[in-house]
Amino acid sequence: MTVFVWIENFDGQAIGTSWEALGAAKAIAEALSTDATALVFGDNAEAIAAEAGRYGADNALVCADSGLAEYRLESYAAVLSKLVSERAPQAVVAVASNRGRELLASAAVDTASGLISEAVDLRIEAGKIIAARPAYAGKVLMEMTADSRTSFVTIRGRAFPAPERGAASSIHIEKVKAVAVPDAISAVVEGFAAEIGKINLADAAIIVSGGRGMANNPLAAPDELSGEEASIWKAKRGFADVLAPLAEALGAAIGASRAAVDAGYIPYEHQVGQTGKVVNPDLYIACGISGAIQHQAGMRGSKIIVAINKDGAAPIFKLARYGIVGDLYEVVPALTEALRRRLRN
Amino acid sequence: MHVITFTRSTPDTAAKVWVDDSGAVTWGDVATVVNPWDEYSLEETIVQAKAGAGKSTVIAVGAALHEDALKHSIAMGIGNALRVDEAGANTDDSLVWSALAAGAIKKLGDVDLVIFGKESVDVGTDQHSYQLARRLGWTMLSYVSRILDVDYASGDIKVEKMLEQGKQIVSARLPAVISVMKGINEPRYPNFLGIRKAAKAQIPVWSAADMDIDLPIAKTKVLRYLNPPARDVSTEMIAGDSVEAKAQELVGRLFEGKVL
Ligand SMILES: Cc1cc2nc3c(=O)[nH]c(=O)nc-3n(C[C@H](O)[C@H](O)[C@H](O)COP(=O)(O)OP(=O)(O)OC[C@H]3O[C@@H](n4cnc5c(N)ncnc54)[C@H](O)[C@@H]3O)c2cc1C
Ligand SMILES: Nc1ncnc2c1ncn2[C@@H]1O[C@H](COP(=O)(O)O)[C@@H](O)[C@H]1O
Repeated sequence: MTVFVWIENFDGQAIGTSWEALGAAKAIAEALSTDATALVFGDNAEAIAAEAGRYGADNALVCADSGLAEYRLESYAAVLSKLVSERAPQAVVAVASNRGRELLASAAVDTASGLISEAVDLRIEAGKIIAARPAYAGKVLMEMTADSRTSFVTIRGRAFPAPERGAASSIHIEKVKAVAVPDAISAVVEGFAAEIGKINLADAAIIVSGGRGMANNPLAAPDELSGEEASIWKAKRGFADVLAPLAEALGAAIGASRAAVDAGYIPYEHQVGQTGKVVNPDLYIACGISGAIQHQAGMRGSKIIVAINKDGAAPIFKLARYGIVGDLYEVVPALTEALRRRLRN
Repeated sequence: MHVITFTRSTPDTAAKVWVDDSGAVTWGDVATVVNPWDEYSLEETIVQAKAGAGKSTVIAVGAALHEDALKHSIAMGIGNALRVDEAGANTDDSLVWSALAAGAIKKLGDVDLVIFGKESVDVGTDQHSYQLARRLGWTMLSYVSRILDVDYASGDIKVEKMLEQGKQIVSARLPAVISVMKGINEPRYPNFLGIRKAAKAQIPVWSAADMDIDLPIAKTKVLRYLNPPARDVSTEMIAGDSVEAKAQELVGRLFEGKVL
């Protein structure tokens, strides 16, 4: 008996939220009086497994076969399914990242196991795992359980605390073999373009977001631009010249409302909300965002919300812990300056 | 050449949704809409079927409520619609769901590509596409932001897909299941002719027996729905004589509260 946790890695390093999954797995394991086993596949697997030990994993199953060096759904799912079939863990936990979701969903089919996604709370009752997850954009909470030998659970990033990193690792590491996969279903990665220098919204502890109000940049647009084109130019400059420095001072990621994305002020990857990303940072600063229900759906889980809006009646203030009524093009630079001053002292 | 897409009805995103005294989720009498993430998959299905000079079909698994989404899909321009409904089947369980969905794909027999939206906006499990692909033993390409190339004759597909860390170019073989992101296209609005066609459409309903499948046992169970605790925020409006004073006040508050 054990609880599996998949440690997701990228570029030879565990992604930060993997440790949250490890913490969640370890907590369930303890409640079930068993241990936590980290599954580490691919490049640098042994070093990452040792690191997992420092974060509290008792055992690790590692597979560093060349076929698994890079993540591929089919080859990873084949190993995971085999390990679940052979060792019958009580649960398999991973972060609900793009990869975590598809990997666990696939192995759950292979092993005829129940899958619960995006859990924000886990507890044990009478030996069973009970998961709570939000639905209807957080308007409703649902409690679920799985009846299979193994329960598959993905957890929402930043919903569970990451364990403290200990100095020593006494993890027991066992090597396992890859499983052959038919070529026909394997995708081939032909290229990769990294989001350079950007902090990932899902992992971010602080997010600074801009909305349609970003278009009201007092900076004059070039003469040849007018109408919508001038607004886009102004808003883009606003994100680069005004929001980005604040984000940089805070070590924050940059978010946006759908209105800002749809108007072409910033790429879709930054959209927060019901049809964008769901985020739950410690601090969310909304600038020139009215706070529509669909935007709230993506950021309501933030611990502290700050709203900067020139309209004192904007709904975003109802969610905010702190509000400043004013022009973001005056408030944000002043805030950046005050922050820098404070950080220097 | 046959492209399939799956969709269903979801409550309007602006609707108030709550758990009533009987413990059921309700949104009163607010209308449903087609799952907003599916506007992109429906559009892509229409575009791909046309580009490959083939057929398009939209499938909903579940109760009659989902016919509204199917009619919206026809109104947009999807050629055929189908509803899969098995009395008593727990389609909230994704293993049951994917068995029914795979049954429909196998019965259709001529499918090259299945296109999903990223997730359902209400329950948002984001697991149905993967589980269908797995049941069929087909390639899964998730979070596709662009289809770069498809050749139905040779069976090759090349896409750009999104990861948290960046964008990947991936090539694979058909048949395949893909899920698409917002931004892949500009969904069209239904036009008058489409709406008339949808109003007249008779949508066939298939049961498990029609597809000759045995349903698996549901492995997940919803224990209860709860209204989340009200968010307890007292808003403090930061006052000050100047913008600088307000900014300094706010920074002070954030440090005092150990937010920073
Ligand atoms: C199915 C569906 C899904 C959706 N999904 C999402 C989603 O995922 N994410 C999302 O965000 N929205 C989503 N929306 C859209 C949502 O309903 C709103 O339209 C959108 O959030 C509004 O964005 P906004 O607040 O930037 O713009 P607005 O509502 O136009 O608000 C702009 C705000 O900026 C303020 N402002 C203007 N100038 C300044 C200035 N100089 N200084 C300070 N304040 C200023 C104004 O007072 C105003 O409050 C969705 C809608 C639907 C129907
Ligand atoms: N019962 C259903 N019938 C048809 N499509 C569905 C159903 N449930 C989910 N989908 C689609 O599957 C995709 C992923 O949804 P989900 O896995 O529920 O987040 C979306 O395109 C949904 O519209």
